[in-house]
This record gives sequence, structure tokens and C-alpha cells, in this order.
Amino acid sequence: MRALTANGVAIDDTFAEAFEMRATAIVITAPTARWAEQAAVTMTGFATSVIGCGCEAGIESVRSSRETPDGRPGVRVLLFAVSTQELQRQLQSRVGQCVLTSPGSACYAGLEAGEDRLKLGAAIRYFGDGWQIAKRLGARRYWRVPVMDGEFVCESTIHLTKSAVGGGNLIVMGESAAKTLAATEAAVKAMRGVADVIMPFPGGIARSGSKVGSKYKGAGASTNDAYCPTLKGAVESALGPEIASVLEIVIDGLTSDAVAKAMRAGLAAIVDLGPDRGALRVGAGNYGGRLGRHHYHLRDLLP
Amino acid sequence: MRPLTFTLRGAPGQRLDLSPLTPQNLAGKTTAKIAEIELGTTRVRVTTGEVFRIREGDPNAVLFEGGSSRFDRVGMGLSAGMIRVEGEVGVQAGRLMSGGRLRIHGAAGPFAASGMSGGTLEIEGDAGERLGGPLSGETVGMSGGVVHVHSDAGQRAGDRLRRGVILIEGRAGAYAGSRMIAGTLAIGGEAGDLPGYLMGRGTILLGRGATLLSPTFGDCGEHALVAAQLLADYVAPFSAKAARLFRRPLRRLAGDLAALGKGEILLARL
Repeated sequence: MRALTANGVAIDDTFAEAFEMRATAIVITAPTARWAEQAAVTMTGFATSVIGCGCEAGIESVRSSRETPDGRPGVRVLLFAVSTQELQRQLQSRVGQCVLTSPGSACYAGLEAGEDRLKLGAAIRYFGDGWQIAKRLGARRYWRVPVMDGEFVCESTIHLTKSAVGGGNLIVMGESAAKTLAATEAAVKAMRGVADVIMPFPGGIARSGSKVGSKYKGAGASTNDAYCPTLKGAVESALGPEIASVLEIVIDGLTSDAVAKAMRAGLAAIVDLGPDRGALRVGAGNYGGRLGRHHYHLRDLLP
Repeated sequence: MRPLTFTLRGAPGQRLDLSPLTPQNLAGKTTAKIAEIELGTTRVRVTTGEVFRIREGDPNAVLFEGGSSRFDRVGMGLSAGMIRVEGEVGVQAGRLMSGGRLRIHGAAGPFAASGMSGGTLEIEGDAGERLGGPLSGETVGMSGGVVHVHSDAGQRAGDRLRRGVILIEGRAGAYAGSRMIAGTLAIGGEAGDLPGYLMGRGTILLGRGATLLSPTFGDCGEHALVAAQLLADYVAPFSAKAARLFRRPLRRLAGDLAALGKGEILLARL
């Protein structure tokens, strides 16, 4: 693999391979920004990978009171799943258990259009035990469910998109754990400025990148040994002697363009930081281009 | 483009049915053809050309210069476009409207917005009784759209309201929102006796209370309702006054408990 170089950072001439997913977006509001964020954080907990969590979810942006339907502070959350059915199941259970329960919360559609619809308030309303009230205002329908601190207001149905993309990624490699983390954090920070994407892993970063398959029965994925620095001398490693730490950023986006834009922003941040303070090398994960329809070549994304 | 204009020649000799004069009916017709449209409601034949001077223009924007309490069914069945009346109108203005905009620069008679399912009806003067209500034999009243009355409304405004929003900036007569099925009715001034009489669901907002509230509504206390903020934002483009009311602290009365009891009267704090 021929490497390119930008500001002293080696860029693998490779590509990230990503997959089509179903996705939706909701806007959670609350009396204060702190409680809107709390509901969103709770709802998007344990949502790092569709493999083990059913969905991938994260906070896309914080919304001011001028940008939300009810004039209160809010947070926009994105959810991704492999099927409409699973997306519906995850949305319903996560909003029902984590947003409905959060003080002062309300929940609205975060996508203005889409190919299909998911039930939101239309499913959660039954918690009202018959005391729930519907209110239609123009094209929008809301449910008002009485709860102990007032009412939980929730939009009845929301759009989903079938054009979402999951699995955009950057693999960040450095000479120490601290420098690698610094470069990856800089990339995530830059990516958070891009609309319509989330980085679902903790703080946007995954340290346990995986390969398909395992020597053990029943495990669909296992550690990506080619990128484990402690196995450099024991396996067919993708790492040179100078690499001591590797981190990965996984990106899910509502559109392919959004994923590309986020990867471009992340790559630019890593390159900008340079090898002395950050990463020595950046790569990307793929399956030879056979599994995912979306390919993001790093050479095309360089600043 | 200037509007297709109907200028009243003089006071009509009989009640007129103006329902044929909607944008969708007038599109593609020549002035001569329009002049032949019959508007009479008695055995005496009356044509559009006899009642109005017609000035060519865009049929999507119809203007009546001059009004009369004998102008019945103005904008009936309007589905798109705009009708403006510079004066008062008679009964059933905007009945069965499904879209578009009807603006009346004067008072409207009984049953305005009856059976309306979409669009916007604006009445700058008073509205007669049973605003948005069903006619005899019909089971539901207005089922969509927005009605904005700048002044007062008669008895039983919003009777059998099924969906949509009625905004009355002035006072309302007795039994406002009677038998409401759902929807929203806001009254800026004082309401008459027994608002929400036998309502099942829906929301009635009272800016200045009512002359008599029914004992069959249960006081649920004063609340800052998120839903009221949504309502405020929704009605703001139509009526800033109504929007301000929804943003006040609201006392919620649940009822009518003599009926289904899932409706509410919201009393704005004075």
C-alpha cells in the first residue's frame, strides 16, 4: 500500500467501506439544556454498535431554544439500525425508558422528510392509560401524556431515511497512546461541527477495532489483531515499528455526503496537528470493497 | 397580476348564493361566461353580471368590492387560491372549505366555516352563531384549517368542532365549544355561559373567563404546559393576541365530566 504524506502525517492509500442503514432523528427538549442533554445521554447509552446494541445512536448537535419546536433548549439525536423494524423497536424502547422518564422532557421529529415513518408518540402514548390527549397542529400531531411532573409531549410519528450510511471510519496511528489520543480527539472535535453525523463510540472513539470472524464459535467479530501494537511481532501486522497505539473513529451519517464531509474534517484536524503532537499515520478500514456500497478514499478527502 | 374583481352594483334584491364564484370554478371562464352564472335563491333569476361589474383578472385571487348580509355561501368549497370580500357577508361563508384563503373585511353571518376541513378563514368583523358548526343532520363541524375572528362570535362557536383551530379575539356567546369532539378554540374576550358544554375532547382557551362556568369541569390547577407553547407558535402567524394568551400561565379545567371528560378549558391568568 503506497502512503501519501500531508504535513508529515502518512496517509494510507486506502478507503473506508461503509454500509447503507436506516436512520431517524429526534429533538429532545427540556426546561434546561442540562436536562435535555441528560435525557439524550441516557437514551444514547449502550448504542455504540448495531452488532451488540441493536442500534447506533448519539448526540448530533445541541439546539438553542430558538431552534426547537417548543422554545426550550434541546438536543438532536440520531439513531441508526440495520432494518426499519429494529429502528422502530430501539426508538420506542429508548425514548420510552430514557426520555419519557427524564424530568420536563419532550420529544419531536428531527427529520423534515424521509421515505417512511416510525411511530414515536403513537407508540408511547399508551403509558397515559387513557388520559393521553392528541393535538394536531397543521400537518403535525402531538401526544400529551400526563406524567408526575406535568405532561410528556411527544410527536406522534417521525420520518426515517433509508439513505443513511453507517461505518465511515478513520484509523489513527501514533507513536504513543497520548499522542494518538490527542490526534483522535482533535479529529472528533472537528467532526462534531459537521451536521447529520454521529460518532457512536465513547467520546467518538473506539480502541477495540474489530475484524470479521473469530476462532471461537458464535463470535461474529473479534479483535483486529493486525492493528494491535502488542501483537506486532506475533501476527501479520499492519503496523510498522514506529506505531505504539491505534484508535478508530466510526462515523454514521444521514447521507453519504455528510459522512464524507465528517471524514474530511477529521482528516484535516489530524494533519493540522502534525506528527510531533499527534498521529504518525492515518488509515481506514474496509473489507476489500465487497460488502459496503460506500467507499471513502482517503486520498480524495485530504485537505 | 390584479385580482378578478366583482364590484357590487347595488344592494341585492334577494339572498344570493355566491358559492359558484370560487377560483376553482372561475378558472378558464371568460368574463361573459362568468356574467351568466346564476346566483339567485328565489324564483327570480339573477345572474352574476346583473349583481356585479366584473373586471378581468387572476381567478386565483378573487375580490368582491362591496359586501352584503345577503351574500350567502361566499367561498363555499374553496380548495385553493384566495377570496377577499370588502364588506360583510351572509350565512355559511367558507362552508366546506378545504384549502386556500378567505378574508372578509366585515362581519359574517351564522355557520361561517361550517364543515371546513382546511385553509384559512379570516373575519375582521363579528361572526354569527355556530361558527364552524355543523348544519342540521350533520354529525361533525369543522374538521381542519384555521378560523380567525378579529371581533366577537355568536352562540355555540366551535359546536361539534372535530379538528382545526378557531381563534376569536373578542367575546363569544353562550355554549362556545359545545359538544366539541377535538380541536382548539381560543377566545380572547369573555365567553358566555357554559363554554365547553358536553365537550368530549379538545382545548378551549379563555382569555377572560366566562360569565358562567359549568360545575362539570374539574380544576386541575395552574401549569406551564409545553403543549401551550406549541399552540402559541402555531397560532402566532394568524393572531399575535391569541399567541400571547397561550403563553400566559394557564389553569386547566378538565371536562366536560358530564360527557367523555377528556377535553380541557384553559383559563389564562389575568
